[in-house]
Amino acid sequence: MTEPRRPIESGVPDPFLYMHPLLKQNYGNWKWHDRPRPGVLHHVAYGGDEVWTVKAGTQRQMDVYTVRKLCEIADTFAEGHMRFTTRSNVEFMVSSADKVQPLIEALESSGFPVGGTGNSVSMISHTQGWLHCDIPATDASGVVKALMDAMYHEFTHEEMPNRVKITTSCCQINCGGQGDIAINIQHTKPPVINHDLVSKVCERPAVVARCPVAAIRPAMVNGKPSLEVDEKKCICCGACYPPCPPMQINDPVNSKLAIWVGGKHSSTRSKPTFHKLVAAGIPNNPPRWPEATEIVLKILHAYKDNAKAWERMGEWIERIGWPRFFELTELPFTKYHIDSWRGSRVQLNASAQVHF
Amino acid sequence: MSKQLPETPMLDQLEGGPWPSFVTGLKRLASSEDKPYAPMMKSLLGQLERSYETRKGYWKGGTVGVVGYGAGIIPRFSELSEEFPESAEFHTFRVMPPSGMHYDTEILNKLCDIWEKYGSGLIALHGQSGDIMLQGCTTENVQPCFDELNELGFDLGGAGAGVRTSMACVGAARCEQSCYDEAKAQRLIINSFLDEMHRPSLPYKFKFKFSGCANDCVNATHRSDFAVLGTWRDDMQVDQEEVKAYVAKNGRKQMIDQVITMCPTNALSLNDDDTLDVDNKSCVRCMHCINVMTKALKPGKERGVTVLVGGKRTLKVGDLMGTVVVPFMKLETDDDYEQLNDLAHRVMDFFVDNALEHERTGEMIERIGLVNFLEGIGVDLDPNMVAHPRTNSYVRTDGWDEEVAKWEARKGAPAKAKAAE
Ligand code: HEM
Ligand code: HEM
Ligand code: SF4
Ligand code: SF4
Ligand code: SF4
Ligand code: SF4
Repeated sequence: MTEPRRPIESGVPDPFLYMHPLLKQNYGNWKWHDRPRPGVLHHVAYGGDEVWTVKAGTQRQMDVYTVRKLCEIADTFAEGHMRFTTRSNVEFMVSSADKVQPLIEALESSGFPVGGTGNSVSMISHTQGWLHCDIPATDASGVVKALMDAMYHEFTHEEMPNRVKITTSCCQINCGGQGDIAINIQHTKPPVINHDLVSKVCERPAVVARCPVAAIRPAMVNGKPSLEVDEKKCICCGACYPPCPPMQINDPVNSKLAIWVGGKHSSTRSKPTFHKLVAAGIPNNPPRWPEATEIVLKILHAYKDNAKAWERMGEWIERIGWPRFFELTELPFTKYHIDSWRGSRVQLNASAQVHF
Repeated sequence: MSKQLPETPMLDQLEGGPWPSFVTGLKRLASSEDKPYAPMMKSLLGQLERSYETRKGYWKGGTVGVVGYGAGIIPRFSELSEEFPESAEFHTFRVMPPSGMHYDTEILNKLCDIWEKYGSGLIALHGQSGDIMLQGCTTENVQPCFDELNELGFDLGGAGAGVRTSMACVGAARCEQSCYDEAKAQRLIINSFLDEMHRPSLPYKFKFKFSGCANDCVNATHRSDFAVLGTWRDDMQVDQEEVKAYVAKNGRKQMIDQVITMCPTNALSLNDDDTLDVDNKSCVRCMHCINVMTKALKPGKERGVTVLVGGKRTLKVGDLMGTVVVPFMKLETDDDYEQLNDLAHRVMDFFVDNALEHERTGEMIERIGLVNFLEGIGVDLDPNMVAHPRTNSYVRTDGWDEEVAKWEARKGAPAKAKAAE
């Protein structure tokens, strides 16, 4: 028997080993940039070096053939280097303007849409879903594929008032971020408990502690230690499900989609904001989620047609007011739009300022 | 007889349309008859189709790892292993990418070679925490696959109650807005927390993110416990000739509507000669005007970072934004970078000692109050840490005079130091 190999704890790899030489040479010395066309950035360094970046969308969940295809394109048309953005777009850098068009053609003919720059709708940042997570109520890649098909034009053009960043989350509590538009799972029924399994697989105190509203308590069921849920208190968040899979929260019919708008991470102009609920009860309808797609498009077009240049979704709504938002998008306003969680009173309109 | 490609009428509907289709990719892998992963991927397609039919997930966790590490592999066992045996084990590697996610084709092809040998051929570039996610490996292949990845120069990222994989924006490599060396800060800090990443034993997860300016392209403010955002302290750089050129080209109306009036603090004014007047004391370094006038305006020269602590997603108390803990820290010399790293370690130590189990930094600060947190990490108060002072009179202020004395002492200190020069 040989000794097991010990890991080399090398940490975050050094990017300079792989970076395009022009980026390396001009590291920290860029002067300005412009965008010759959607999908293309042109950066100029203090020393006069110029680099053109062509950005393209990918499916994020890539097979090795796709990755190798991108490599082949990089070798033939883009000097052998590439980088990825947080939103799974791929960027190729070239050292002269005349290399841009052939690169675009190579990408487009291989099915990679060129775009995602400036005031466009970039790729949706998304999560794992049925493909790989252990707690999802919906898929992620499929929702994103359906939506990006529908918003293809908005990815390949820069026709939005400002950037539109969309996110999805396939459970109610976790991985998706704030978005100008966010499409998230929203459960509507308390977990259904498989009492036979609870005693075998769950650490009961940990599950009890997990609940944000203290709705779970230990109980004896059929003579076995289990848990029970106060269904009046339960807010159907699903937080108990990851530590205790027998508390099944996912429901093919009652786990719905909800749409939120006006989230923003940047501190640009306005401070970062959380997205706000605008629509819920939307069926979780694979394989193409048409109901959710329709609402997203409606919101997107209302924004596109009405916002001023550089207003992000949330800033636009801040200006026109929520009544006008619901009017323009023809979405109903219900009691569920009014927050009742702690600290929520600050979300009420404490002024005589109303919109007509 | 090789296994048949399963019928997938629902997934097939995701092959149409102009956006690249992950389903087509899955099928390519499943029909690579000469590759070891073809049966696994056929089986996976079958299970995924089942999820589409029933709207249910079928993965459960477990324990799988590599020698020496307690994190980095996400175990996945199928609940439908009898029906879909070849993908019964389908574990994920979380692998840290180079800062800024730069690659050359050689390294990516080598990564693919290893993954084709041991895994499913399915790669996510990248996960939302920034990992290269290699999805679909049998328990048996995890160790040899890791060994080869590791020899190639890659290391596993975080999972569980540990330091997680981090992200840095493209920043200095190709963005003129960048106010510090994001990759340097990221590698310095993360690589000094590898023990906390690879052998997780914190109260809960801890995330670092690095954005070169307030545009925050890696969403650090909300999505990290420790957000490092580039900024500057002196006046922004204005090229008045370029300002005039912008106005000449785009007109005064656009200049006023899209730049002047969009400044959140009314720090901008257009002069009669079409030059720009900047009130740098009011400017909050939001980046808007600089984003719009990329040639005319630029961050100042005295650059550094603002550090925010406590951002997180919903579980358990609801989403929290990070809030300012250090309004400005200069980042130029190696020593400055060490100071930042030192701060990160003080925050981590405090978190380890004071957070409850399963509590994130933001929740901890909410529970104990910002003041206690600042005392714990040895950082002085600053009005930049609040949106506004308190509005509620329910507070005991009997220590007022001592607090005032502290403030005076601190305020006096730099002035005295200057006078002594
Ligand atoms: C030349 C480089 C870049 C420039 C000049 C730039 C500029 C901007 C600007 C102006 C915004 C909008 C801020 C706002 O008005 O709200 C923004 C937001 C954003 N950018 Fe970039 N960006 C650059 C590169 C990138 C890269 C490489 C990525 C991804 C890897 C990225 C990801 C994002 C994201 C996710 C946001 C949205 C943050 C939010 O949700 O508010 N950006 N960027
Ligand atoms: C039940 C098991 C969970 C699974 C399988 C899971 C899976 C994932 C995956 C695959 C990612 C992307 C990872 C990467 O890019 O490296 C991710 C990111 C994330 N997860 Fe989870 N997650 C789980 C639980 C949680 C929990 C309990 C929370 C919050 C309390 C959470 C919050 C997040 C957040 C905020 C991100 C994205 C963070 C960022 O943008 O940096 N996840 N998760
Ligand atoms: S959002 Fe929830 S269900 Fe989706 S991958 Fe993250 S933890 Fe899993
Ligand atoms: S679903 Fe949420 S609120 Fe309901 S019992 Fe579980 S943790 Fe508590
Ligand atoms: S965060 Fe700022 S410095 Fe970094 S890439 Fe975005 S715009 Fe550039
Ligand atoms: S950076 Fe922002 S705050 Fe400063 S002057 Fe420009 S728009 Fe105003």
